[in-house]
Amino acid sequence: MNNIFKLVWLIPILPLLGFLINGLGRKMLSKTVSGFVGSAVVFASFLLSVLVFLQVKAGNTNTIHFFDFIHLKSLNIAFDFKIDQLSSLFLLIITGVGFLIHVYSTSYMHDEEGKDFAKYFAYLNLFVFSMLLLVMGGNYLIMFIGWEGVGLCSYLLIGYWFKNVDYTNAAKKAFIMNRIGDLGFLLALFWLISKIGTIEYNQVFTAASLAKLSTFDITGITLLMFVGATGKSAQIPLFTWLPDAMAGPTPVSALIHAATMVTAGIYMIARSNALFTLAPITLNVITIVGLATALLAASIAIKQNDIKKVLAYSTVSQLGFMFVALGTGNYVAAVFHVITHAFFKALMFLGSGSVIHAMGGEQDIRKMGGLHKHMKITSITFLIGCLAIAGIPGFSGFFSKDEILAGAFSHNPIIFSLLLFAALLTAFYMFRLYIITFSGTFRGTHDQEHHLHESPSAMTLPLIILAILSVVGGFIGVPEVLGGHHWLAAFLSPVVKSATHHLEHSTEYMLMGITTVLVLISITFAWVRFKNYKVAGESTGLGKILENKWYVDELYQMAIVNPLKSISAFFNNIIEIKLIDGAVNGVGKLVTYSSRQLRWLQSGQVGAYVLLMVVGMLILFFIQLFL
Amino acid sequence: MDIKAYIILSLVLFTIGIIGVLVRRNAIIIFMCVELMLNAVNLLLVAFSKMHALSIAAKASANFASDAQIFVFFIMVVAAAEVSVGLAIIVMMYRNVHTVDVNFLNRLKN
Repeated sequence: MNNIFKLVWLIPILPLLGFLINGLGRKMLSKTVSGFVGSAVVFASFLLSVLVFLQVKAGNTNTIHFFDFIHLKSLNIAFDFKIDQLSSLFLLIITGVGFLIHVYSTSYMHDEEGKDFAKYFAYLNLFVFSMLLLVMGGNYLIMFIGWEGVGLCSYLLIGYWFKNVDYTNAAKKAFIMNRIGDLGFLLALFWLISKIGTIEYNQVFTAASLAKLSTFDITGITLLMFVGATGKSAQIPLFTWLPDAMAGPTPVSALIHAATMVTAGIYMIARSNALFTLAPITLNVITIVGLATALLAASIAIKQNDIKKVLAYSTVSQLGFMFVALGTGNYVAAVFHVITHAFFKALMFLGSGSVIHAMGGEQDIRKMGGLHKHMKITSITFLIGCLAIAGIPGFSGFFSKDEILAGAFSHNPIIFSLLLFAALLTAFYMFRLYIITFSGTFRGTHDQEHHLHESPSAMTLPLIILAILSVVGGFIGVPEVLGGHHWLAAFLSPVVKSATHHLEHSTEYMLMGITTVLVLISITFAWVRFKNYKVAGESTGLGKILENKWYVDELYQMAIVNPLKSISAFFNNIIEIKLIDGAVNGVGKLVTYSSRQLRWLQSGQVGAYVLLMVVGMLILFFIQLFL
Repeated sequence: MDIKAYIILSLVLFTIGIIGVLVRRNAIIIFMCVELMLNAVNLLLVAFSKMHALSIAAKASANFASDAQIFVFFIMVVAAAEVSVGLAIIVMMYRNVHTVDVNFLNRLKN
């Protein structure tokens, strides 16, 4: 029905309503009600998104105008939604995966107090609202509103257990790094407005508007937009917030830092593909940064011992893959990988939450082991996730990752080989995680061993659903080489124009073959290395560097944070205390001083009065004489 | 004699009177200085009257420039009255604070 577009405004408003109900009523609602309300609104949005998607699939896209938002003489920015192939796809992912995570949270967070529980769902709903605004916006301003909103909700949710100072510091770090990126995004918007005069997608992406921009303009604008994406999607140099963000509850990590918020950067670039295609310099920068990030994060992940940190660095690395895809002009592959990554990464985060729940809060994999026999569902679904991310043929990750690798190869074989190395590292650290956690013998305490149990169905059901999606999700993009017709590329083609890269079929087969074989070797290597895992001693040499995350945090502390602190100390001690306080206090001192002098006017001494009389007379006399 | 001498003398006396009023602490001495100022003014008036009379004398026989000299009498009378009142006040003051030091007259202070 075509009039589903009239109800499109409901899709973001329902989560907003959930936010208001849970936020305002948090002291009054019971946990069951808040959990239900929080999940139900997202489910309703999901149903609407499905209807919208079916309409778009039938070929009806639309830009729905609500009202004029900013109306200046030369600048008109409307509040509108653009429903097309790209946004409807993202809508499904956000509401679908979001709903599963809401359901999971009702069980995971059940230990919280009533009002904190409702607060959690309020924030989660607010996040879904902002993310929906981001993808549905019809111009860059609405996207930016959603952009900021998700950054805010990320801060609120990471710092959810706010009584712990480390967690709130992590939340601050995330928000500040996001903001640094946002500055780049804003500057790009201002540049765009100053050159073209509009930021509506329908008007910016026309040939006429693009012709108004010189190459310098386009390169600058796209580079600044990429800076924004760097902050939001955790690329070098603004990636250190994401591992620290694991301080938040695990479902939050699954939703925000795996499936949705961190993909906002990819979405933004995919949406602006018309701009980016005209800026080859930026695309090269994106490729290099993405590649470096993928390698750096993967290398750190092989030495991490916290289950969530491994997954966090894995996310950073996979985002690097997506950016390489964008940089080589393969926008469809990036979006494809966003979708499949949402499935298997959310699956693995939720699985790790299940493990942490069973271990009573323990997150160190050195204390786990042999969990397979205690939690079969979690273990099997987690294994499916690992197979998907490693890129075993048949699973979703295989199709998307191979497409990225093929695009990289046709661009530059060196990029392909480095990216392949990152993929091998991915398989290695992922299976290291699986083997150490789920197989072998249990290395924890006796009490923990008694507590081990499979999680309740509210937690395992989303795991199962996501596992199924991780398997079948890849079939939307089967390439022609393997007999499919790449439905996703065809679906997105009106909006996202990928660079066409023609590889010979034989080359593609060879690439796929090489990749698969090397991945299998990598997995076998991990199996051999870790199957009898005993906790190792202190790492040395390269291992130590990797375990300490290449000392990036320390570098930032030394190069940026400490100089900033000393500058602000300077400002405080010298300028604030001496100058400004001095000036303000000085006015007070002036008043007291002059009042003390003027006090003598009324001393009560007759002699003083006479003196003043004489002085006054003399003054009058002189005025008389000389004027 | 040159009129300037009288003027300068008068000026000097007046200034000494003023400075005396400002500087001295004893109320009676201050009164004396006030008298000194009044007398300086008297001197000035008489001097100008004579100067005026001398310049008219060349034209007319009667020297009716003696207004100032009459005025001097007025000033003397006023001075006398003022002195009597003032001394009465000083006596009252002495009866209250047992001193004639004007620095003690600071009851107007607050």
